[in-house]
Amino acid sequence: MYKYSEFDTAFLAERNAQFRAQVERRIDGSLTEDEFKPLRLMNGLYLQLHAYMLRVAIPYGTLRSAQMRQLAMIAEKWDKGYGHFTTRQNIQYNWPKLRDVPDILDALGEVEMHAIQTSGNTIRNVTADHFAGAAADEVDDPRPVAELLRQWSTDHPEFQFLPRKFKFAVIGSEADRAVIRAHDIGVQLVEQDGKRGYRILVGGGLGRTPMIGKVIRDFLPEEDLLPYAEAIVSTYNILGRRDNKYKARIKITVHENGIDTYKELTEARFAELKPQFEGVDQEMLSSIRAQFAAPAFRNAPTDDFDAAYKADPVFRAWADTNLAAHKVEGYAIVSISLKKHGETPGDATAEQMRLIADLGEQYSHDDIRISHEQNVILPHVHKSDLPALHAALKTLGLATANIGLISDIIACPGMDYCALATARSIPVAQEIAQRFDALKMEHDIGPLKIKISGCINACGHHHVGHIGILGLDRAGVENYQITLGGDGTEEATIGQRTGPGFSYEEITDAIERIIRAYLEHRTDAQETFLEAYRRLGADPFKAALYPDKAEGKANAA
Amino acid sequence: MSVIVTDAGFATTDWAADLGAQDVLTLASDTNPHTVDLSAAPKLVRVEFPSSADGRGFTIARVLRDHGYTGKLRATGHVIADQYAMARRCGFDDVEISDDLAARQPEDQWKFRSDWRQNDYQSRLRRA
Repeated sequence: MYKYSEFDTAFLAERNAQFRAQVERRIDGSLTEDEFKPLRLMNGLYLQLHAYMLRVAIPYGTLRSAQMRQLAMIAEKWDKGYGHFTTRQNIQYNWPKLRDVPDILDALGEVEMHAIQTSGNTIRNVTADHFAGAAADEVDDPRPVAELLRQWSTDHPEFQFLPRKFKFAVIGSEADRAVIRAHDIGVQLVEQDGKRGYRILVGGGLGRTPMIGKVIRDFLPEEDLLPYAEAIVSTYNILGRRDNKYKARIKITVHENGIDTYKELTEARFAELKPQFEGVDQEMLSSIRAQFAAPAFRNAPTDDFDAAYKADPVFRAWADTNLAAHKVEGYAIVSISLKKHGETPGDATAEQMRLIADLGEQYSHDDIRISHEQNVILPHVHKSDLPALHAALKTLGLATANIGLISDIIACPGMDYCALATARSIPVAQEIAQRFDALKMEHDIGPLKIKISGCINACGHHHVGHIGILGLDRAGVENYQITLGGDGTEEATIGQRTGPGFSYEEITDAIERIIRAYLEHRTDAQETFLEAYRRLGADPFKAALYPDKAEGKANAA
Repeated sequence: MSVIVTDAGFATTDWAADLGAQDVLTLASDTNPHTVDLSAAPKLVRVEFPSSADGRGFTIARVLRDHGYTGKLRATGHVIADQYAMARRCGFDDVEISDDLAARQPEDQWKFRSDWRQNDYQSRLRRA
């Protein structure tokens, strides 16, 4: 895993000293609130509904155990004993005090972490496939490239005051586990005629105008990544709209100008920038790659796993849902669910973080991941260790067997925390999870992604949920719109709205009606919800959602 | 009146004060830098920053430098001390701020950022 260079360490120390001074200068009036705002945002500090919120970057979702322990320490010392993992591989602390923040940043620096550019109109934390380096289907581990992009984008002098926020995601396989098609720039490692390069997508995003990213280069040679990325963002900084923040994202710039014009301008700028990169970035990339070398996997029998799988139905249920195939025989990728029925999706207590740190150190080569689906991954666990790992997870409520199922819900913080929210998200997620748990239908329903956003900004990715829920405010009353058929993978699709929304009291019943329609109409248990929706279209689900209307139609006919 | 900021702090005089109009080109923040005509070879190009949140000027400066402009470049308007290093790294030579801003953000706050060559990821990634 990446270890900071002397340069990284010196940079971060200076940056933290600068922020400490900025806080003082805000207090003494040297900085106006308008001037301070972008400065605190580019250091991860938001002003939320009740308090400040500090968003800490977990670059490409990767943590060492020592880093996870420090996150736990910060949660206890400066917050209320928990943290919230987000859909962009960050952790948020919801209750820090402004005067403590410089100390928190120093504590993060001690373990090579920071909150730089997790907010504001800057290039944000670079995310990556949470199975990176462990998945069987990848061309290469995408994290070294994400680390190179982290360094390139950090404090980039040209791009600290962009028209709007700007998000990169990187994957190393055809399967898209990082939703790159919903990012401002999506990077996919590819191989063509034995040569490594990148497929580059631009202009994807969710929010109030969801768009699927468009391919701007199908094969970009490896050495051209930084100048090309710089050309895209440089073009955006000039062309992007600043008159209307809702039209300021690059997806709108690309849409309004057309991908052909955008590409033409980017290529012209790229021609100017390419000679400025003399190859040292590629040397740095090789040295970063060396630090991400695969751990020494062991060849051992898996009898303990096989025995526990046979004997213990609880272990078996967990293994069936929470394990994914590892590239090495005898190993598994473990997803630890932060979606226990009735809990806040993505929250972890300090105690849970410490346990995860210990288990990651003991069983996963000190490699811990945070997924954009707000769960924790231990990517390299030998199968013989799984029974012991599972037993340890159970002690702190971390063994919920629901990965990829109906209760594995992505939810934004919503009106419980967020100043922008128009409706609650977390309680809706909790109620849906508890409903289907009580009905014991979850495993029968099978793979299903519900995603909930508490406002039109779509932090909960509802557009790409198989079932998406968008909470709005209709004349002071929460109203939840439903979309169906969304997909955040390589087959990225924006979900379609079903019709009128539902009240807070009605929404869980509405979801249950959709599910019952699916169970009734599916060809067999093998046909997933998404497959059934694609085969059937929206009609049977709409009929279930709006029975009165369907009846009225029938009568009219 | 205004104050000129350089790496040495607040300048007592503006070297450009005596330049004729033909030697100075002032660009608004919505200028497309790719189409700026530099054939008159101005001695000074001033790029306006209407707000410290408007970062277009940084790209304008870099593009002008990449197009071969070697004269002086000045960032003028609402540029705050925290942006000094960014301005220098993007190719500006100095920054012109209002007296009010200079009073609110005195010289020491600008000098705190005058070592702009230090801790710069960009120069590290570019040059061999």
